[in-house]
This record gives sequence, structure tokens and C-alpha cells, in this order.
Amino acid sequence: MNTAAPTALIAEDEPLLAQALQAELARAWPALTVVGIVGDGETAVAQTLQLQPDVLFFDIRMPGQDGLDAAATLADAWPAHLPFPALVFVTAYDQYAVQAFEAQAVDYLLKPVQPARLQKTVAKVQSALANRAQGTVNFEATLAQLRGLLGPAMATNTAPLKLIQASAGTSIRMVPVDEVSYFEAADKYVRVMTPGHEYLIRTPLKELLPQLDAQVFWQVHRGTVVRASAIEQVTRDEAGKLWLQLRASPDKLAVSRLYAHLFKAM
Amino acid sequence: MKIDWIAKLRHLLQVLAFCLAISAIQYAFTPERPYEIPLVYSLFIGVATWVLIDFGRHLFASSAASGWPQGLGGFVLTLAGSVGGHLLGTLASDSWFGWSTWESGNTRTHLRNSILITALAGIAASYYFYSVGKRAYLERQMAEASQHANEARLKLLETQLEPHMLFNTLANLRALIGSDPARATDMLDRLIAYLRATLAASRQTTHPLSEEFARLRDYLELMAVRMGPRLRYTLDLPADLGKLPVPTLLLQPLVENSIKHGLEPKVDGGSLTVRARRKGAVLTLEVSDTGVGLRPAAPGGAGFGLAQVRARLAAAYDKQAAIELIAEPGSGTTASISLPCAP
Repeated sequence: MNTAAPTALIAEDEPLLAQALQAELARAWPALTVVGIVGDGETAVAQTLQLQPDVLFFDIRMPGQDGLDAAATLADAWPAHLPFPALVFVTAYDQYAVQAFEAQAVDYLLKPVQPARLQKTVAKVQSALANRAQGTVNFEATLAQLRGLLGPAMATNTAPLKLIQASAGTSIRMVPVDEVSYFEAADKYVRVMTPGHEYLIRTPLKELLPQLDAQVFWQVHRGTVVRASAIEQVTRDEAGKLWLQLRASPDKLAVSRLYAHLFKAM
Repeated sequence: MKIDWIAKLRHLLQVLAFCLAISAIQYAFTPERPYEIPLVYSLFIGVATWVLIDFGRHLFASSAASGWPQGLGGFVLTLAGSVGGHLLGTLASDSWFGWSTWESGNTRTHLRNSILITALAGIAASYYFYSVGKRAYLERQMAEASQHANEARLKLLETQLEPHMLFNTLANLRALIGSDPARATDMLDRLIAYLRATLAASRQTTHPLSEEFARLRDYLELMAVRMGPRLRYTLDLPADLGKLPVPTLLLQPLVENSIKHGLEPKVDGGSLTVRARRKGAVLTLEVSDTGVGLRPAAPGGAGFGLAQVRARLAAAYDKQAAIELIAEPGSGTTASISLPCAP
């Protein structure tokens, strides 16, 4: 990590706004070097991994992967031995997102960016970078913040779903939720896996999650929700990544770093 | 069926006052008889008739909305209620006085007068209650309709003045003021025209097609500043179609959908075309994009814009207008409206 000049990456799909943020940053924090400006989530992840900047400014609404999804992907792919960059989200108007940022104490900027507000963000980021230099930074805290932002996805109070209705050609198969070992997002579909069978449904995982019993089904990845009792064992590979081995199937499921806290020996 | 007992009590009191008036008139014609006789008969017959009609109307399925049976039902109810009320009321009055109307001497004339009075009074009272009830019903309906219209207008305004669009546009303006004042002025003028048109759209029902295209150009110019090279657009309006009247900002939601759900989610962006064509007496307006196409369930209100266009077409042209949506995942979306027009 470069100790001299701090570096930043801006992910913003509107070119004028990206330039304006860069110009405002040049005034508010002259020492900061903007090493890249990208316009979509996927490129933001790739460029961050390659350039390893100290600070990230991620717009929430971007084509392809949005800012939050990009941050989550990044958290998974980030090399464990390096400190995670300081994250600042940028949004024009997202009442829900702003509340979530407040709750998770993640810094954010509202567009149009006001110089006085940007100055506060800069001070916050600078102190975060200083803490990081002293080695007191906590990656686990960042992960917890991201988990919080990605939503209290599973509800515990509403009546959980009992049946999955999966279309199979011209008929509809009724699959009891009790038989499902895991759900996996696949492009436009969600794969519903039972021992010996696989069904496809169109309901996005995001909409399915609140209808599942959080005690029974655990989210282990952005795209994977698994029945906790179907997990036989959890192993850690040489890269430090967790893998789930299921009881009734040969499938191995990857655990996102965001959800690795679920698996700790008692 | 929920019965409003306060209303029923009010009706009963009105019926009693009506019966007192009738008995007073009868007494005025036959002052030689004691006042008690017309009073008791009038009250018993009146109350019995009222009970049969005012409670009987709730048994008709068709009275659910306005409170009164529709068509022949209302007539039959009034007739049956009057006859039944007369019989019951006469029986009750007879037992009050301890005689029988049917066996006394002057039966025929007396009975005829009595029935005539009941029938006329029953019809008059029913008509009175019916018209009062109907007025209240119509007033309720009007209040509901105006509330619906207000809600729809508010929702339309909310979608058009979408805060995300507004604040992003303002952020761009803020950036341009420093770097390119001339472009900033142009963008501000477009924003002013867009806001003015949006606010005026709720008052004005139609405007010329050329005006519609000018407002779309304002909006698309604002979006082009924001999206940069990711948005290319073409507005194709043959000169001779410019004067044709169209519902105000009819195409706006379709253009917004194309940008929001078609082009904005696409990393490379794409192009958008709005085209007007006339064939005989049919005007075709087409909004097409090269975006991501419609997903199985488009989240975030693509449905509202489309439903709104559909509702406005139905209101303005009944069944003579149609909208068609052609979308394939990955190959863009085309919305095509056909309207009747002067050839």
C-alpha cells in the first residue's frame, strides 16, 4: 500500500458528475490522486482490484451492477492480507439507502455534492486511513456494515412460505419448502434444489428471501440461500475461503466473506 | 348488509309527521267522527308500510349501491309495501278499537278511500325517501370520483417530478455552471420548459403533436447531458403531422420507461427513436429503444407508466386507440400507439 499519496477511484455513470466530484475533491483534498473513473459496477470491481486505491466513491445507481452490489462483490474478492479501501457511497435521492447508511455509519454523499459536506467526508476518510495505517482497522466491521446495507433480507415475523410453485413445461410443480435444500440465483432465474431434483422459478431471490424462515434458511452468499440443517460440514480452503458440503448431495457451496461469521465452532 | 339505525330513526320520525298530516286532513273532511279514528289508522298503516318498504329494500341485491332496488324492483316493492302495510295497519287499528273494518256497514266507500289514501301516501313518501337517498348516493359518487382523479394527478406528477431525476439534473447543472456556463444556461432552459410542461399537463388535455415532440426533446436533451455518449436519440416528425392534436405528454411515460428500464441499466447505453406516421385515418406514434428489453417482471413502476397511457387512451378515444408493446430480452423495446386522426 502506497504510504505517500492517497489514491481514489470514482464509480459514477454520469460523466459530468464524475468530473465534478473529481474537481471538488481536488479542492477539498489536494493530496488525493484520483487513479480511475469508471461508469459501471463491474468495471468498478475490476479496476479496484487492479489499482487498489485507498478510497472508493461508489454511485448507488449504476448500469449493470449497482454500487451496493459492486461493494459486496469487492468484499468477497478483496485479498485478505490487504486493508479494505474506505468506502463512500454517492446518491442523488434514495430515502431508503440514506437511512441505511445512517444506520450502518457508512459515509455517503448526496448529489449535488456540497463543498462543506464533502469536507466532512474527507476528514472522516482521512481519520479512517490514519487508523488503518496504525493497524487498528477492522475488516470485520466493514463486512458487518455491508451486510446491514444489503438489507435485513429475511423476516422473522411474517408467515413463512410453505410451497414453491415451479413451472415445468405446461404444468406447475408444487414443491414443499421443507424439501428444499438450497436456492441459488442463476441469471434471470432461481434454481430450487431438492435432493434429487432441480426446479426453476422466476421470483428473484431478493423477493423470495423475506418469505423464508430465517431460522431455517441461511443466506451464505449474495446468490445462495441454504437450509442450515442440510449442511454437513464447512471447510476452509488454502485461500481462506469457506465451502459448505451438503448432506444429501455432492454439491459444494461457496460462502461469501460477508456471511462467513455464521460459521464458528461452538 | 349493514343497516344505518340513525337514518332509520330519522325516516320513522318523518313517517310519523307525514301520518299526522294525513290524519289531520282526513279529520278536516269528516269532523263528525272522532279524531282518534283517522289518527290511529293513519299511524298504524303508515308505520307498517314504512317498515315493509324501508326494511324490505335491503333484501334486493340491486339496492346495494344506491340503497334502492333498480328498475321494476322499486315499483313492485312500493306497491307490495303499500298493500301489505294497509292490511297489517288496518288489522292493528281494528284490534285497537275492538271492531272489524271488513264487517262494518259502510265498508265499500270507506275501504276505497282508505286504500286510495295509503297508496297515494305510500307513493309520495317512497318517492321522497328515494330522491333523498339518491341525491346522497350521487354526491358520494361524485366525491369518490374526484378523489380518484386527484390521486391519479398526484401520482402522475410524482412520477414526472421523480426526485432522482430532478436531483441528478440539478447536480449536472451545478457542475456545468463552473465549467461551461453557456451549456448550463441551455440545460436550465430545458429544465424550465420541462417543469412548466409537466405542471401544465394536469390542466390542459390536448396539444399539437409538434408541441409534444418539443417537450420530448427538452426531456431527452436533459437526459443526454446526464448520460453523455450513452444516449443517442432521434425525433422523427413529418412536417404535415405537426398540427394534429394529441393528449398532453402522452408519450412522456413511454420515453421515460425506455430510458429508465431500457437504456440506463445497459452499460453501453444505446439509442432511442420516437416516430410519428399517418396511414389513412390512423396516426401511429412509436417509441423504440435498443436497451436491455423488458424483464419478466419489470420492477420500479414500468407498469404504472404503461397503465397510465392505456387509461388516457381509453378515456380520450374509447376503443378506437390501441397500444402495443413489443419487447424481447436483450433486443430493446418498442411501444406503438395507434390513434384515430383526420386523414
